[in-house]
Amino acid sequence: MSGSIHASPSAEAVGPAIATGPRAAAASPSREAWRRFRKHRLAVVSLFVLAAIVLAIVLGPYVWRFSVSDIDFGATLKGPSWAHPLGTDDLGRDLLARLIFGGKISLAVGLAAMFVAVFVGVVIGAVSGMASGRIDAALMWMTDMFLSLPQLPLLLLLIYLFRPALKEALGPQGGVFLLIVIVIGGLRWMPLARLVRAQFLSIREKEFVEAARALGASRMRLVARHILPNALGPVIVAGTIEVANAIIAESTLSFLGLGFPPDVPSWGRVLFDAKDYLDIAPHWALSAGLAIFLAVLTINFIGDGLRDALDPRRVI
Amino acid sequence: MSRAYIIRRLLLAIPSLLAISLILYTILALAPGDPFGELMTNPNVPPAVAAALRAKFGLDDPIYLRYFHWLAAMLHGDWGFSFASHMDVATLIMQRLPVTLIVLGSAQLLAILVALPVGVLAAAKPYSLFDQVANTLAFIGFSLPTFFTGLLLILIFSVQLGWLPFVFRSDLHTSGLTWWWDEIRQTIMPVAVLGLFQGASLVRYARSSMLDVIKLDYVTTARAKGIGARRVLLKHVVRNGLIPVVTLIAVQMPIVFGGAIITEQIFHVPGIGSLLIDAMLNNDTPVVMGVTFVFACLVILFNLVADLLYVWLDPRIAFR
Repeated sequence: MSGSIHASPSAEAVGPAIATGPRAAAASPSREAWRRFRKHRLAVVSLFVLAAIVLAIVLGPYVWRFSVSDIDFGATLKGPSWAHPLGTDDLGRDLLARLIFGGKISLAVGLAAMFVAVFVGVVIGAVSGMASGRIDAALMWMTDMFLSLPQLPLLLLLIYLFRPALKEALGPQGGVFLLIVIVIGGLRWMPLARLVRAQFLSIREKEFVEAARALGASRMRLVARHILPNALGPVIVAGTIEVANAIIAESTLSFLGLGFPPDVPSWGRVLFDAKDYLDIAPHWALSAGLAIFLAVLTINFIGDGLRDALDPRRVI
Repeated sequence: MSRAYIIRRLLLAIPSLLAISLILYTILALAPGDPFGELMTNPNVPPAVAAALRAKFGLDDPIYLRYFHWLAAMLHGDWGFSFASHMDVATLIMQRLPVTLIVLGSAQLLAILVALPVGVLAAAKPYSLFDQVANTLAFIGFSLPTFFTGLLLILIFSVQLGWLPFVFRSDLHTSGLTWWWDEIRQTIMPVAVLGLFQGASLVRYARSSMLDVIKLDYVTTARAKGIGARRVLLKHVVRNGLIPVVTLIAVQMPIVFGGAIITEQIFHVPGIGSLLIDAMLNNDTPVVMGVTFVFACLVILFNLVADLLYVWLDPRIAFR
């Protein structure tokens, strides 16, 4: 039974699938990946759920015409009803409208922070993987250093120290957004850098890279055309999961009262406002919490499915 | 494990500690805002006095000198005074630290007690119903942010059922057995929130680590000798499969500290996590720096423990 167990039931080896029959041989790599992704049922379901969430966030403001800041003291802390499907908060503001707005912020922060983390991680990992020796050692020492920093306390410290100044310079929404994205991304690139470096170290010794080098390809071309594209699978998987992590990080900051200001209702901020009304208005906290949970869960499942699809050899 | 290795590893912790202190200080120095800003704009304070004060506290010195002053003060245990509570920062932190360590320790214990058996059983029968259920639950477990699970537990057990107290109290007026009972009752929810979140990621890791070991030839040999499946699992697989898990537990400490800050804030546990948040909301910079530094030291300490444990458990690792 040695070697026959994959860590995930829906994962399979790449080798045999490619070599079975003329029909399979004609399949392109992306179609092959899609076929493997579809086998992960929860990932496919998650894809539809997440698509629905994104659609609601993008089209929601045009369909649901309540404003996030319309105060109605006649209807405070009301449970779900036809007028307000998710109920209202302590100032009578419509929760559905606030969650739609918050989703836009949370997803934008998640995606932007992921891009920051992936960019820094890929650059550092690639430089480190190509330049062995002293540069590699120094970069990896720096990566280990960053890994052993206490994440959340440092995140809080940076936000605490720099928020007032950026708020003044770029306005409460833009300044805080920029700060949160850079800080979350800047503290999360380390696993990606290690991943990319490990990929580079193994791929750069492969025969096809050797062949390209023999044909006179420059170092830049080797990296851009031959090594990086082959290292991308695990990076996409890690990047997907990074979006979920960044959403959690942003919600955490807002939940602790150190993220977005009260007039920018991100999901974490709504939860922060709701937590003192748990006994009389549980729908308030529940709707915001479920929104975060659903987004994070579906993104994690999609990441898991992508791992089966793009990175079938290393399944954790 | 040789003594030389331990000493070398201990010495290696010093540069990382220095580097972290440097990073923290740089962040503080780069941050806009002046500790004497209020003094300078106060019309009642003559500029000469303000300037003399600045010179006295060395605010006009070059940055590397200020860093060394700060470092020397930190090493002497002089961590400054809290603006908000007018107490020595070190005393304040030492008052709060035990609660945090107790909650963190119990949570880790809970995580290990839940995750290891589940992970091992799931790996013993891969793809079985138990394995799939455990895997899915673990996935849901670490997708649930701790601040949401905390609120959910409060909603269920405090608001709806009324079984457990809402907030953590450090001034319980009972004594003897009832005191213990009250302490345990108010610790259950913070520990459960942290422990189950931590356990969820541990389950998946324990399972995949076990699966790695089950594949190895020596396990097949043990089976071929006719040793029972139970014995093979417990005596041969688990002992080696646990080595990476032990390391992971120590390496994940930074994440656990993050969780501690959130749970302490939700349940009003008077630990250093809630101290940090309160200090930030009160603009109490000396306390903020002190607590962050303590967190950094704890992380380095646990990394050290992880490395030493790893070498102790797995003699195949070469001493470098």
